[in-house]
Amino acid sequence: MNANKNSKGGLANPGRRKAFEDVARFGGGAAACAVMLSAFAEQSRARPAQALRPPGALPEKDFLAACVRCGLCVRDCPYKTLKLADWGDGPALGTPYFHARQIPCEMCDNIPCVKACPTGALDHALVDIGKAKMGVAAITSRETCLNLQGLRCDVCYRVCPVIDKAITLERTHNTRTTKHAVFEPVVHADYCTGCGKCEKSCVLTDAAIKVLPVEIAALKQDAHYKRGWIEKEKAGGALVDAPVKLPTRLPDAPLPGVKP
Amino acid sequence: MSVEDRLYVEARRRKGLWEASRYRILRRITQGLFLAVFLTGPLFGLWIAKGTLASSMTFGVLPLTDPFVLVQSLAARHWPELTAVIGAAIVLAGYLIFGGRSYCAWVCPLNPVADFAGWLRQRLGVTHSARLRPAFRNYLAFGVIAVSAVTGAVAWELVNPITAFHRALVFGMWFGLAGAGAVFVFDLLVAKHGWCGHICPVGAAYGAIGKASLLRVAAPARAACDDCMECFAVCPEPHVIPPALRGEKTGASPVILGADCTLCGACIDVCPESVFRFAHRFDTRTEPARRSSGAMAEPIASTSSLAKG
Ligand code: SF4
Ligand code: SF4
Ligand code: SF4
Ligand code: SF4
Repeated sequence: MNANKNSKGGLANPGRRKAFEDVARFGGGAAACAVMLSAFAEQSRARPAQALRPPGALPEKDFLAACVRCGLCVRDCPYKTLKLADWGDGPALGTPYFHARQIPCEMCDNIPCVKACPTGALDHALVDIGKAKMGVAAITSRETCLNLQGLRCDVCYRVCPVIDKAITLERTHNTRTTKHAVFEPVVHADYCTGCGKCEKSCVLTDAAIKVLPVEIAALKQDAHYKRGWIEKEKAGGALVDAPVKLPTRLPDAPLPGVKP
Repeated sequence: MSVEDRLYVEARRRKGLWEASRYRILRRITQGLFLAVFLTGPLFGLWIAKGTLASSMTFGVLPLTDPFVLVQSLAARHWPELTAVIGAAIVLAGYLIFGGRSYCAWVCPLNPVADFAGWLRQRLGVTHSARLRPAFRNYLAFGVIAVSAVTGAVAWELVNPITAFHRALVFGMWFGLAGAGAVFVFDLLVAKHGWCGHICPVGAAYGAIGKASLLRVAAPARAACDDCMECFAVCPEPHVIPPALRGEKTGASPVILGADCTLCGACIDVCPESVFRFAHRFDTRTEPARRSSGAMAEPIASTSSLAKG
């Protein structure tokens, strides 16, 4: 400390220089660690397409800010659907997820997983499990789906907890036999909760119907496409006064404004 | 005979086996209990505490949340549900009373691992130790909060070996053992008290709470100290001892106020002169010098390096 008297500070002073070196060294080391951690954090955003988040999970980016990886949701799931991600599982370490093909979500009425979450990473605003959006199912393999081959499997349709809303069977013409019908399973994203019961139950070795995370299923409508009927509804009436009168152009008709 | 070789010998002779190992035994018991409350559920279906050390729920009514985790979440711009906030407030209040880094010595599941590495290091005579500073963990703690802010993710939980180890034990996620293994190897081969003493930002955060905590270790009988240096040898953070132990002349408080003190009580156990005991922050009472029984006649050489850790 007395060394300070010898010079007016600055790096010539041994005590100060040492302190400065320490800060530079250890601060620099900590900064380097921080940079590596950031890179790791960015990398761990990549979630495999088949790893689904629990009901009510915030969008992935917000979820990673909110979830403290406590596993309380996992503990309160009565069907052992949820798991915490271990190293190598794919999702960010310690975060809860499930694979529909292993154990799907049974859509509990009282949603115990959401209630257990202390942080709100599972949004407590979700009180109706029917409004959950864990993902969206889609027929990912039209070539193998038995119904689309003209057979009557119907399993995914039968097991859907939101039957006839989330999945319907649409009757189309069987062009192969030309005299039968095809009952095509069609998923309606507005009602599908992404519970995964359909994927779990698909009788094929590789499910022809799969639940995809909402980001991958891309359910957002582009803002720059204006759909007239919706704009009309929003405006509460037609946006233009009346149909524009267009000139009739028959071969023999006189051109408007041109004298015969 | 070096300090390491005669540790506890005199304490056991003078105070008996129990008083010379009391706090170590009590610490192993609390560490075991904090683990057991999480394990009775998965093992026997008897649920006491659910969750992990990041956030837990005891008997369905008592939420506890690690404040450092919550700070990261806030830095990542998530405003948590009330349960987590209350949980963190309870933990904060608890450690404001029971001493900051007491988490490290009495609760953290990695502590026995680090202690074992330290013990083995001594047994095997590993003397090499990388030059690190305890302050590094403070820089790292700020770094972690900054990373959480920049990436918008609870950053430390991606690598935190404490919760990884805890999840390994209570959720059977066995890869988490790798984190504990890494800490073990680091402490054994790279640096003495390497992880807990220099790197762990969780400990740094609890240390910050310890700056104001009520329960502390004090050296009220410091006048009886005969410079055997055993406390410096057993203390994981030996730089916290001198201000209190050697504060006689300057009139400094006998209370160990250094936030790095883990309240492990090893100094209390090891001291043959019973210089140390648990006290509260404002307890500045000291005992007058008493006549030592004079058992320590051996001169002590080259202990200053120990004092610096
Ligand atoms: S709704 Fe029920 S089955 Fe589905 S994840 Fe939550 S607790 Fe498990
Ligand atoms: S309960 Fe909430 S914070 Fe805890 S692991 Fe599940 S989602 Fe994450
Ligand atoms: S995931 Fe499948 S079973 Fe579940 S609601 Fe959607 S369509 Fe129905
Ligand atoms: S001063 Fe005593 S109680 Fe504090 S860390 Fe050192 S040995 Fe443990």
